[in-house]
Amino acid sequence: MIVAVASGKGGTGKTTVATSLALSLATEMNTPPLFLDCDVEAPNAHLFLHPRLDEQQDVAMLIPFVNEAKCTHCGKCAEVCQYHAIAVLGQKTLVFPQICHGCGSCTALCPEKAITEISDRMGVIEKGTAKAGISFARGVLDVGEPMAVPVIRQLKKWVTALPGQVVIRDAPPGTSCPVVETMRGSDFLLLVTEPTPFGLHDLKLAAQVGREMGIHSGVIINRQNGAYPVMEEFCSDYHLPVLLHIPFERVIAEGVAQGKTLVEIHPEYADRFLRMFTQIASLL
Amino acid sequence: MKIILTAMSPSINSEIDPRFGRGAYLLIVDTDTLQWEAHPNPGLNASGGAGIKAAQFVSDHNARAVLSGDFGPYAFDALQAAGIAMYLYGDCPTVAQAIERFKNGQLEQVGGPTHGECDSGHYGRDA
Repeated sequence: MIVAVASGKGGTGKTTVATSLALSLATEMNTPPLFLDCDVEAPNAHLFLHPRLDEQQDVAMLIPFVNEAKCTHCGKCAEVCQYHAIAVLGQKTLVFPQICHGCGSCTALCPEKAITEISDRMGVIEKGTAKAGISFARGVLDVGEPMAVPVIRQLKKWVTALPGQVVIRDAPPGTSCPVVETMRGSDFLLLVTEPTPFGLHDLKLAAQVGREMGIHSGVIINRQNGAYPVMEEFCSDYHLPVLLHIPFERVIAEGVAQGKTLVEIHPEYADRFLRMFTQIASLL
Repeated sequence: MKIILTAMSPSINSEIDPRFGRGAYLLIVDTDTLQWEAHPNPGLNASGGAGIKAAQFVSDHNARAVLSGDFGPYAFDALQAAGIAMYLYGDCPTVAQAIERFKNGQLEQVGGPTHGECDSGHYGRDA
C-alpha cells in the first residue's frame, strides 16, 4: 500500500505524521516501510529518521544543444516547443535549459539535424536505511532549478517497494504539480491540517486534488486547541473521515524542534497510528 | 523606426501595460509615421516562458526597440541575443506619452533583467 501525506498549507505537520507513521509501522510489520521524502525543494524527513544515505543517482534531463554551423535559423524548433524553451532570434538560436521539459520535439523536427541532445543535471536521489530499519530515500533538487517534478518522478521510479512493503510518501506543501506527482499512484491520501482558517482553506484545495485524482482520502487534525466546528463540518460534508486528532501541546512542539518524532515524544501514539493504519486499510 | 510596446488595450490611445511577457497587447508602432497595429501578446497564456514567447514575437517583427515596464531574465536574454534595445516606461502612463518620451531620448535603457525568475515557481510541467 502506498500512502501519500499531504496538506495544502505548509507547516501543518506532514513530516511529523509521516515519520511517526513510518516508525509505528516499522515495529509492527515484518518488513519496515519504505519512506520517500518527495519534498525535493526542501527535504527534511532525514532530520527525524536519520538515514545513512549510501546510494546516489543523479537526475538529469536531455536538453537540446544547437550546432550553430548547421542551423539555418528557420524557426521550426521554436515553433514546435510547447514550453518556449528555445527561441530563434535573428541569427541566434537560444536554449533556456531551466524551462526545457526534455520532450525532444525540437531535436526530432529540426530539418537541418542541427540539434543534438546533452544531459543536464537538475538534482539527485539518495537512498539508504534509517531508524528502525526503515528503507529511506529522498530527492534533492539542485539550487536554482525550478522544476521539481522530474526529480520526484525519478525518485518514485528508482526506489521501488519490496512485496508487501508499505510506502509512505511525504509530499511538498501546496497543491501544484510536485504535489500532484507525489499523489499520483498512491492508494491513500492522508491530509494533515490544522484548525485555522488557512488550514481549512488549503485542506479544501488539497482534498479537491485528491478527489479529482480518484484517491481515497482521510484527515488528521493537528494542533487541536478547542473545537473548530467548520473544519469537522467540511470533512463530514466532503465525506472525509477524520482519522486522528493531535492536540496542541508545548511538549510536542519542543520535541519536534529537537528532532524527535511524535512517537518518540509520546510513545502511546504508536498504537494510535497503527489503529489509524488499520482503519485506512479497511477504507480501501 | 519600428518599435514594440506593451499595452492594456489594442490601441495607440491605450494605457501602458507594465508587464512584458504577460502584457495584454503588443503594439507595433512606426515612430516616424505613427502608424500602428496591435496584436494579442502570444506569451499571455503561456504556462511558462511567456517572456521568451513575447521576445520571439518582437524579433520576428524586426523591431529595433521594445518598451515595457519590466523585463525578466529570460526575456532579457532573448531580446539581448536578438540585438533589440529595451527601454522602461518609468512613470509614463500612456502609450502615446511613452512614444513621445522615447523619441526625445527620455526613457531609461535597460542593461540587465529588471526582476527575478518567475516568482510563482510554477511551470506547469507534465502534471
